[in-house]
Amino acid sequence: MVSPDQPGGPGASLQAALAQLASGDMAAIKSAIVAIGELEDPVALTVLEALRERRLRVAATGQVLIASSDGATLREVISGRSASEDLESLGEIAMTNTVRRALRASVARLQIASPDSAVRRRAAAVLAKNGPPAALVEFLRAAHDSESDPATRVNLALALAHHDLSSEDRERRLAAIRSIARAEVRTFKPQLEAMVGRGEGGEYSESDDEIRELALSALSAVERNELAGRIVRDLVYGLSLASVLVLAALGLAITFGLMGVINMAHGEMLMLGAYTTYLVQSEFAGRVPDWYAYYLVAALPAAFGVCFATGAVLERAVIRYLYGRPLETLLATWGLALLLIQSVRSLFGAHNVTVPSPAWLSGGYTLVEGVILPYARVAAIALAALITIFIAALLYRSRLGLHIRAVTENRAMAQAMGIRTARVDTVTFGLGSAVAGLGGVALSQIGNVGPELGQGYIVDSFLVVVVGGVGNLLGTVAAALGLGIVNKLLEPATGAVLGKICVLVVVILFIQRRPKGLFALQGRAGQ
Amino acid sequence: MQTAENIHSQPTVGVHSDRGDHQGVSTMVWLDDVTVSFNGFKALDRLDLRIEPGELRCVIGPNGAGKTTMMDVISGKTRPHSGKVYLSREAIDLAGYREDQIAMLGIGRKFQRPTVFEDLTVLENLELACRGRKGVWHSLFAGMSGEQRDKVTAIVERINLSSQRHDSCRQLSHGQKQWLEIGMLLAQEPNVLLVDEPIAGMTHGEAARTAELLDSLAGAHTVIVVEHDMDFVHSIARKVTVLHQGRVLAEGRMDEVQSDPKVIEVYLGTAPEPSSSASDQRPISRWYQNGDLDSMTA
Amino acid sequence: MQSRAKKLLLEMHTPRQWLALAAVAGIVLVAVPVLNLATTPTSALRVSDHLIPLFGKFLCFALVAVAVDLLWGFAGILSLGYTVFFACGGYTMGMYLMRAIGRDGVYRNELPDFMVFLDWHELPWYWRGFDSLGFAIAMALLVPGIIALVFGYFAFRSRIRGVYFSIITQAFTYASMLLFFRNETGFGGNNGLTDFKRIAGLPLHEQSTKVSLYIASGFALLLGYLLCRYVVCSKLGRVLVALRDQELRVMFAGYSPLKFKLFAWTLSAILCGLAGALYVPQVGIINPNELAPSKGIEMAVWVAVGGRGTLAGAAVGAVAVNGAKSWLTAAHPEYWLYVLGSLFIAVTLFLPRGLVGHLAVVSRRITTWRKQCKLPRISIHNRP
Repeated sequence: MVSPDQPGGPGASLQAALAQLASGDMAAIKSAIVAIGELEDPVALTVLEALRERRLRVAATGQVLIASSDGATLREVISGRSASEDLESLGEIAMTNTVRRALRASVARLQIASPDSAVRRRAAAVLAKNGPPAALVEFLRAAHDSESDPATRVNLALALAHHDLSSEDRERRLAAIRSIARAEVRTFKPQLEAMVGRGEGGEYSESDDEIRELALSALSAVERNELAGRIVRDLVYGLSLASVLVLAALGLAITFGLMGVINMAHGEMLMLGAYTTYLVQSEFAGRVPDWYAYYLVAALPAAFGVCFATGAVLERAVIRYLYGRPLETLLATWGLALLLIQSVRSLFGAHNVTVPSPAWLSGGYTLVEGVILPYARVAAIALAALITIFIAALLYRSRLGLHIRAVTENRAMAQAMGIRTARVDTVTFGLGSAVAGLGGVALSQIGNVGPELGQGYIVDSFLVVVVGGVGNLLGTVAAALGLGIVNKLLEPATGAVLGKICVLVVVILFIQRRPKGLFALQGRAGQ
Repeated sequence: MQTAENIHSQPTVGVHSDRGDHQGVSTMVWLDDVTVSFNGFKALDRLDLRIEPGELRCVIGPNGAGKTTMMDVISGKTRPHSGKVYLSREAIDLAGYREDQIAMLGIGRKFQRPTVFEDLTVLENLELACRGRKGVWHSLFAGMSGEQRDKVTAIVERINLSSQRHDSCRQLSHGQKQWLEIGMLLAQEPNVLLVDEPIAGMTHGEAARTAELLDSLAGAHTVIVVEHDMDFVHSIARKVTVLHQGRVLAEGRMDEVQSDPKVIEVYLGTAPEPSSSASDQRPISRWYQNGDLDSMTA
Repeated sequence: MQSRAKKLLLEMHTPRQWLALAAVAGIVLVAVPVLNLATTPTSALRVSDHLIPLFGKFLCFALVAVAVDLLWGFAGILSLGYTVFFACGGYTMGMYLMRAIGRDGVYRNELPDFMVFLDWHELPWYWRGFDSLGFAIAMALLVPGIIALVFGYFAFRSRIRGVYFSIITQAFTYASMLLFFRNETGFGGNNGLTDFKRIAGLPLHEQSTKVSLYIASGFALLLGYLLCRYVVCSKLGRVLVALRDQELRVMFAGYSPLKFKLFAWTLSAILCGLAGALYVPQVGIINPNELAPSKGIEMAVWVAVGGRGTLAGAAVGAVAVNGAKSWLTAAHPEYWLYVLGSLFIAVTLFLPRGLVGHLAVVSRRITTWRKQCKLPRISIHNRP
């Protein structure tokens, strides 16, 4: 270690190193980086991080300058004075892969040596994941022994384990495997597998029994963790797929389940909802960029309105003439779907449009190592739950819901009671479409938006309604959850396509088992 | 009019097994402890009902008594949740048969609402109903035999539809459809006829002729009739069963049943006054159901 | 015996209808090929070469439409899954055609090109036997038949009807499409089977081969139509109509709806398989896009346009819609979906009987009107 009172102390050596950095000679740059890495100067880390982020510039005078992260200001490294040079005109410091490697090691070394425990912890985590540069091993060993923060200590031990697993020293190997066994992390899986495996001659590649035993138990712990992680991830993804299905199927549960209208254009309502979101989003970006983060708040009512209006118009213009003729309705609504798709294609083009999520919805929460729960999916699940509650309340607690149920149950009687059935039909159909529109808003946040968006969901959502029991809201939600989760759980074992086919077979078999509960009405009504 | 005693003395055909020959009396249809429930509601509640060969049995009861369900169970449309249905002579357990197989065993059924094939002509309706082989291949290659043709012609005349024989059934009136359905039943030549509300939508004259027809069928066939019109029931009934809440409430001759205080209570909601005689006590001669209202407005 | 046959023919068609059928068959099977082969390219009567496979394609579609109509128009069952059977027939024929390429493929290998590309070294077991055209044709009929039988058994047994059946069959098509898109399935994945060279030793690019295939399609259509016509005129046909009206009554009259539905469904599946097998050599490719759910529903619209329950109308509808499609997708491709979409709506709203059905109604009105003119007028009240 360099002591500060030595002649030509830290300031001087930093200066010398910076001069080397500016020299342009690769070997000199590398040794400068190593030298800076061994300094105890807080500026050293700043310089190296700036170099890593390509913010270091060399002025014509040979002075080294640091640009601020937005590139607006330049300042001199040692004096801290701001410099007036133009950023674009200044030369960057060239780097080769060897230099970069040295830079990584030096940055890591400085970070581990940092007095700030948070910096140390972050750096140790990175090292534990990627393994330390060989040059740093002895330094890390010392750092590990003197480290006080437990998390950092564990990670440093793991970082060393990368190196020590292949060490000649049995004690080193033992210590390494113990720290791996304690931490149960996935990073070492290949090494552990290699250790418990046999070589070509049939002998174990790890000759020591104790170490092998330990490796074996560590491996099984790792595998257990992996499995748990995978299940959690599949459940979460299944749930989020299910939430989309719920949103797609809820509208169908209303139009198909309650009204008995087979609406093949239902998927296109999802698509319209998604495109409405796209329009709102681009309007916000163009006109009120300050409020951009909240465009979704406006997109929800907009999609609801657009799809409600579209649905109501379709009902008035076409579907009302086809009540009681389900197969004809199926054909006519398919025609409507084609018209909608082609119109959107003419308006917005055949290619997918991107609907960027607002900042607060992008990113995700790490559940387990390797399992990230994207916020957009969480939001979709929450939206599905909210809309389900909203629809249930509307149908079973409001006057409109009472009318809707009355009309679907006995049209003639409802009419005799003074309910304007034609208007109720229009509103019901509009409502079903509007719910799909809301689903489209959710879809725009988690997938691509294109004219054929809806086509992919129509088969699935009909299956959901059929399995859930026609006209049964709770059944629809349950079936959507079931199908979504089963689909995702099957996927890793069978692949996406076979998973879908399996689900279909399961549905058909399920219908075999319970045809009455799903299709035929019981008793008198069935005649 | 024949009495119930006469029917007992009628000769029955076929072999009597232990079950069929219950308590020394042959049984054509036997519902043995049958329960049917829909979502917890018991449409039939441990019903035990025996119909003898050649009998004309009327089944009455208020709405929801389980009359139609009883017919559904016999014809196989509804499966009993517990209990068995035996078709007699060989005491065949109907549980193992599909609806069409039960029909081929000789059970014919007329529905509450007339169910005829509206897109076919009267003759075609009868042709399809005709007794004979009903397999896929047979119907692909077979024409009507001369015998069948004669039978169909006879039936068309009997049900008074000769002039409309080539018309599509869509054009028939409600009563005519009822008659056609009865005609189809005749063409089917079943051993057991299940007749659900035969005279709904018929005029008095038509109803009287229906009564005549059913009456003439009894003996050679076993006939079970469900009807709400008490006058009609009275005109054909020999033995009447009153169902209530899925059970047999009373059984016997019409006048016996009508004077039964339990029956009166079920129909009127009050116990009878002891002074009035049974025959006067028929303030409700008809029990309206949805189907009747439909047919009256139609 | 002779009188029996005569009676049968008269039951199927009136003499005038037989005459019309013969005329159409003459045009399709004789006039068009002659006008193609025996005229000079500059002649005004010339049917140009490229039209022959196009017409052949229409004839295949017409056969599909007849099959769809047998089930939908008479038994009232609308399946959106006929594409599966059509594609099955197409793929079996395609497999034969792939084998018939021999070593003339890009890779000069015994195996079909896509298998070489996927680094497969031997033929999968289900490709065996497809060296023979006879086997392929047998399979083109058998495979759809067996699939239909199994699927139909389960579907009809659990009494899935109406739109539920339509939805389930559509899901079935969708799943098959996903399956055929996979390379591992062994049918060429995305690209399907293509680059065919010859059939039964005849080069596919020769006009005489094309005309032969066209005539074969014409005969298949004629036979398929007559077969379906026979079925619907038999007692079985009346049972099918009865099933559409009152399934319960059919059941309680002693017929097993399951068996009758299975018969009609399987027969129509086999006809679709035949159509698919004739379609593939004429268009030169079969790929999973043929299985898209939209295709299945398009088939329903051919029948709806022509007229349900008329058989002949279905064939007319298929030719009319596909003719319009061919013309429009060449002239104004962006309008085709608008036209198709409007067609779906217009037919269901304004032409529920289809073109042929409405023609029949109009001609019947004219005859009754003529009769009325001759009769003394009594009352015109209550006349519909």
